[in-house]
Amino acid sequence: MNPRKALLILVPYLWLLALFLVPFLIVLKISLSDVALSIPPYTPTLDLSAGWAGFRDFLSELDFENYVFLSEDSLYWKSYLSSLKIALISTFLTLLVGYPVAYGMANAPDEWRPTLMMLVILPFWTSFLIRVYAWMGILSNEGFLNQFLLWTGLISEPLTILNTNTAVYIGIVYTYLPFMILPIYATLEKLDASLLEAAEDLGCTRAGAFWLVTLPLSRPGMIAGCFLVFIPALGEFVIPSLLGGSDTLMIGKVLWEEFFSNRDWPVASAVAVVLLAILIVPIILFQRQQQRQQEAEQ
Amino acid sequence: MRRLTWFNTVSLTIGFAFLYIPMLILIIFSFNESKLVTVWAGFSTKWYGELIRNEAFLDAAWVTLRVAVLSSTVATVLGTMAAYVMVRGGRFFGRTLFSGMIYAPLVMPEVITGLSLLLLFIAIGLDRGIITIVLAHTTFSMCYVSVVVSSRLVSFDRSVEEAALDLGCTPFQAFRLVTLPIILPAVASGWLLAFTLSLDDLVIASFTAGPSATTLPIKIFSSVRLGVSPEINALSTIMIAIVAVGVIVASLMSKNAIARQAREEKAAAQT
Amino acid sequence: MSDPAPTSRPDVFAPWNDPNQRPLIQFQNVTKRFGDFTAIDDLTVDIYAREFFALLGPSGCGKTTLMRMLAGFETPTEGYILLDGQDIGPVPPNKRAVNMMFQSYALFPHLTVAENIAFGLKRDNLPKDQIAARVDEMLRLVQLQKFAARKPHQISGGQRQRVALARSLAKAPKLLLLDEPLGALDKKLRTDTQFELMEIQEKTGTTFVIVTHDQEEAMTVASRVAVMDHGKMIQVDTPDRIYETPKSVYVADFIGDVNLVEGVATSHQKDGKVQIHWAEGKEPIIGTPMQPIADGTRCTFAIRPEKVHISKEHPEGKTNIMQGKIIDIAYLGNLSTYHVQIPTGEIFKAQSANTRRIERRKFTWEDNVWLWWSETAGVVLTE
Repeated sequence: MNPRKALLILVPYLWLLALFLVPFLIVLKISLSDVALSIPPYTPTLDLSAGWAGFRDFLSELDFENYVFLSEDSLYWKSYLSSLKIALISTFLTLLVGYPVAYGMANAPDEWRPTLMMLVILPFWTSFLIRVYAWMGILSNEGFLNQFLLWTGLISEPLTILNTNTAVYIGIVYTYLPFMILPIYATLEKLDASLLEAAEDLGCTRAGAFWLVTLPLSRPGMIAGCFLVFIPALGEFVIPSLLGGSDTLMIGKVLWEEFFSNRDWPVASAVAVVLLAILIVPIILFQRQQQRQQEAEQ
Repeated sequence: MRRLTWFNTVSLTIGFAFLYIPMLILIIFSFNESKLVTVWAGFSTKWYGELIRNEAFLDAAWVTLRVAVLSSTVATVLGTMAAYVMVRGGRFFGRTLFSGMIYAPLVMPEVITGLSLLLLFIAIGLDRGIITIVLAHTTFSMCYVSVVVSSRLVSFDRSVEEAALDLGCTPFQAFRLVTLPIILPAVASGWLLAFTLSLDDLVIASFTAGPSATTLPIKIFSSVRLGVSPEINALSTIMIAIVAVGVIVASLMSKNAIARQAREEKAAAQT
Repeated sequence: MSDPAPTSRPDVFAPWNDPNQRPLIQFQNVTKRFGDFTAIDDLTVDIYAREFFALLGPSGCGKTTLMRMLAGFETPTEGYILLDGQDIGPVPPNKRAVNMMFQSYALFPHLTVAENIAFGLKRDNLPKDQIAARVDEMLRLVQLQKFAARKPHQISGGQRQRVALARSLAKAPKLLLLDEPLGALDKKLRTDTQFELMEIQEKTGTTFVIVTHDQEEAMTVASRVAVMDHGKMIQVDTPDRIYETPKSVYVADFIGDVNLVEGVATSHQKDGKVQIHWAEGKEPIIGTPMQPIADGTRCTFAIRPEKVHISKEHPEGKTNIMQGKIIDIAYLGNLSTYHVQIPTGEIFKAQSANTRRIERRKFTWEDNVWLWWSETAGVVLTE
């Protein structure tokens, strides 16, 4: 291999090894260590100068104590379960909101589409934090939603929405909506319009054609969109901490608090390792699905 | 048979209203006279004035900007290299690991990325500050750049590169004179994506920033935690305006470019 | 080889028949494998300077791989490729005196027509005025002077094709490779461009190797055609010999339209002709094999439809006469092809020129007709 090509490969490779893989191995290692009160707040630390003996000592002091702790303390598995529940429900809600919008975009006249596309992408470029923040003023007890509902007379007492799981659902649907709309729109736009004409020609009603042709053919887009929402939603931190209440358990938030408030690095690391273990299944499923999709298109 | 039915119109209206009304409210109330953000008390730009006089925000903004420029530039170089290696590099030792490491940061929860990088910086005794945030941001945004650039590399005709080799280019010249100019738009949008991701990031920056360096999102987050404030509304409005102008200009430009290209191709076909 | 005596007329371009000529390109037992797949299978062939050599075959036959090995984008797994007597295996594409015109044209979209043509010249660090002069010359050659400043997307498909040609010729390569050069053009333009290509090839004296799947194109432009299948060259010959005297059923069937009859040969006559027994109770077909074949050999008789005569009356004093009924007529404008079924069920195709207007045509559906052909009209194939 010529040196130029070697350099081309090595630079990004080493960068990712040093700043992605090694840090993760450190997390793994610390999750097997004990808390200490000094800085860094964990023991043992690997003492390379002690050579092989040092390495053996280091290994012998590692244990699964932190993981045992996670499984015994109901806070942790409750928050894993609740993260899963929140991510699943909000993914489903995002699909319900996103599909009709994508469908509408795909049926819109050609000259509107670039503009509609831009309108979907624009929020994506806007600060995530700001978009979550925007809902704080809407959902609070004296917020705009309550003001509006009181004005219409639908309710007589303000509803408590902010700092509940409902607010978290709204926040996730709102911030991740573009991730759902775009892949669905992409499959719907590619859909050959003559397929629907053929279905109607063969006796389908319009609704029937939608149900029997459009919906099954847009499945890849729906699946991709669901993964794109579900995966980040599971480890979400900003939304539950700004819109959720003290009883909103999400694992990203627990990890953050474990680390910054309790300063228990080993437990925080163990939480991270378990979170990743949970995420690996949908990530691999997602990648498989993407690959199949690519192969089908070739 | 693409027809806009009443159902389509309604769902588009509701969908876009849902996407834009919260931001509109935010913008409107940044011009509110009152400190109470939910009650309209007359038009005023005083919160923008307050914002400009707020040293802490300005400092954080300056830090954020420097971090974003630095990290997105390095990430663009590294990400383009990585994309080229993945698409054109053929086989090499550890290719699977490499592709895994490029893909993983895209789906890794930010809390984990942030935590692991912080633990690394502590383990090697690197003082936390602007440098550590830049390193962290470069690492995850180079993966986004690589995805954007490699999708462009995959879609363009390989024989154009072969033609350059055939006409006497070395592989490096072929990249510089032919490949790079062709993928430049993708590289540019990769840079822009990396830049925005860096500007936006709260979680990873919170882990990797030391007491000496506070970014704007960290600043906003800590003040927003205490509740809604008109100053933050003003800041948000400015940020939304910048993004909106950028996106609108970019999409108008690309629309014009596409239209011109189509016109010229049509004209060429008739000669 | 048992080819008939070489045509030694000095005005005919046939270096392959001249033992004193040294080939420009020599493939020596070249094999190319991609994993388990053998793309080129132990191939040996010589190509001479100033030839217009066509590689013809179905997709996947190895013709493109062969060309890419010449350009340097693939290296042989086994064997050698010599250019001017030198092994070019280890030479990278940018160091070869070989240029290629790509199927997709591969024009650089960000450069103008003139810059595209100048691209290869600039790599040789030629002085500016020389480059400019050469670019001018090339633009004139392909008649694109007016379009020098345009970008590739601002010109038509036919013009792009000519830019690609000019770009690959600009460096005056010893060998020019053309990968389906006319594939993207419509029929009319393609025919015109074929003659233009031949003219340019003659004018510049460059050796051309062209890959094509269009047999008509190969026959029109090439000095020699190599018919390829499964990584081997089935036959390498001039277009007329490929058509008139194919060496195998594969070649006969691949090039043009043909009637194929399987049978068993018995040689009977002193002049080397054979009788081919092809169906129970039918008169044997009399044919002339190119080399003597033993009695009882299984063989295939191949005859082109235009060599089968068709008439309403019984032809007197002719050989290979058959009677049948017209079951189908394919009207091609200048020609008509008649599908004639004989009583035992076989169908023969006969072609005749439409010299008269259609309403005065002699034959129509269901007509009983006679077919006949001369003893030397077809070929007897044993492969």
